[in-house]
Amino acid sequence: MKLRLIKEFIIEKLIFLSGIASILFVILIFTFLFKEGFSFFKEISLKDFIGGKYWYPISEPERFGILPLILGSFLVTLGAIIIAVPLSIACAFYVSEVAQGKAKDILKSGIEMLAAIPSVVLGFIGIVTLVPWMKKVFNLPTGLTALSGSIMLGLMAMPTIISISEDAINAVPKSYKEGALALGATRWQAMYRVVIYAALPGIIAASMLGIGRVIGETMAVMMITGNAAVIPNTFLQPVRTLTATIAAEMGETVHGSLHYYSLFAIGIILFVSTFMINVIADIFLHRNKK
Amino acid sequence: MRTLKGLLLAFSIVSVLAYVGFAEELKGSIQIKGSDTMVNLAQGWAEEFSKNNPGVNAAVTGGGSGTGIAALISGTADIVISSRTMKGKEINKAKENGIEPNEIKTALDGLAVVAHPANPVSRLTIDELSGIFTGKIKNWKEVGGANLQIVILSREVNSGTHVYFKEHVLRKGNEKSTEEFSPAALLMPSSQAIADEIAQNPNAIGYYGMGYISSKQKVIAVAKDKNSPYIEPVLVNVQNNSYPISRPLLIYTRGKPQGIVKAFVDFTLSEEGQEIVKKTDFVPIK
Repeated sequence: MKLRLIKEFIIEKLIFLSGIASILFVILIFTFLFKEGFSFFKEISLKDFIGGKYWYPISEPERFGILPLILGSFLVTLGAIIIAVPLSIACAFYVSEVAQGKAKDILKSGIEMLAAIPSVVLGFIGIVTLVPWMKKVFNLPTGLTALSGSIMLGLMAMPTIISISEDAINAVPKSYKEGALALGATRWQAMYRVVIYAALPGIIAASMLGIGRVIGETMAVMMITGNAAVIPNTFLQPVRTLTATIAAEMGETVHGSLHYYSLFAIGIILFVSTFMINVIADIFLHRNKK
Repeated sequence: MRTLKGLLLAFSIVSVLAYVGFAEELKGSIQIKGSDTMVNLAQGWAEEFSKNNPGVNAAVTGGGSGTGIAALISGTADIVISSRTMKGKEINKAKENGIEPNEIKTALDGLAVVAHPANPVSRLTIDELSGIFTGKIKNWKEVGGANLQIVILSREVNSGTHVYFKEHVLRKGNEKSTEEFSPAALLMPSSQAIADEIAQNPNAIGYYGMGYISSKQKVIAVAKDKNSPYIEPVLVNVQNNSYPISRPLLIYTRGKPQGIVKAFVDFTLSEEGQEIVKKTDFVPIK
């Protein structure tokens, strides 16, 4: 009898531990990131870090300005969202409202396949097809530009946005649509006048999660955006993103150097921004459920 | 009984002999890490060395000279291949960890400046190169080429090639100079990436180790100044030091090399080792 109680107690606690494991990991990662990053801010002020225009981490004297990197990340993400969001929402509507039977199944598995392509493969394809094409079409000095990155990242964000928006559209009560149709609206009118508004919080959440995915993406961006740390004026310029900077420099930096800590500080900036985006997404998702 | 004794004796003699023979053969593994420029060369050395000493397992990884030196400082590599010398700061860090870096010169390398084969420009001075890579010269027509914007390709900031090029071309060897690569320079993750982009982009200019030269890029002849002859990065010119952008390829060990590490270092400097240097398109020291 007692043995059974002990057994149950242990199992209960183990399940509890597994349950909180993810939160625990987040807290651990957070502490580590901050511990390493904060020693950087003892030497260089946050203002110089975020507002500085030059990134020369190993020169003498070193310059740690990540403004060009932040703007690079921002531009690539903005481009990706402009490309991916309308396309994904239209796709989600087609899949859930228009497509029937087999077409729906094929489309759904197609979207899942897109999600399954590793980002390094997309980057590789981008470098051999998209980059030379961009150079030719826009008559640029180089095809390694923010726009190339945006297009590839847009492709990468689409599956996330499509599947979550589709869920949101499916969750709209049938009576809304039937009511609209009964009042004499066409199917298209019902879609863009009624269903989209009902599903809007879910769609916004989907887009935010897509943005989170894009900001954190590294490999493809590093391969096709050119990695020049300039403050970009247009989409047709090379940019360097926060993620690519960490990935390109982390392997080669001396542990314990200011450069090493600066990369952790970039990590903090990235973490905070994706965290905020996820929180916003969560707020919208929550509202959707009520 | 006597036969048994004899057998035992014979057995012990054989086993002692076998043991001695065994002890002479090198056994173990070495970690070689560092410069991407030297990675093919080190791989060649490691393969031949393992062939001669089947008991030794030599693992070579690239990542850049900075990575290798970082590994030397943290003690995770036995031998570091580097295309630049260690900085004072790095040496101090190593000493703090109780590691005395030991530098050995094993080969020479010319850095080739390359452009697209269709580019009419085929020679430049160090001054012009410095102007181009710092962003002061923005158009090919300023150095006698077509009216095209120059696209600068460089390696990532921690590559030994990047640092060497900055110190010896952009800053022309002047330690007080603070010239930097133009922020608009595209930082490519590998020398191969530079080679690929040059091959398809008529606006581009870049640099890499001589080992990467191929017919898809045009090699630019370089002169120290306007009055000096323009010299191409070929074996003879690097060895007699007339090509202005050449550098030593180094090996760092922790303290004076011993055991397998010493055997390996000796091998790289041997005739066989230097032959491999030549085969991988670098320049032997002798």
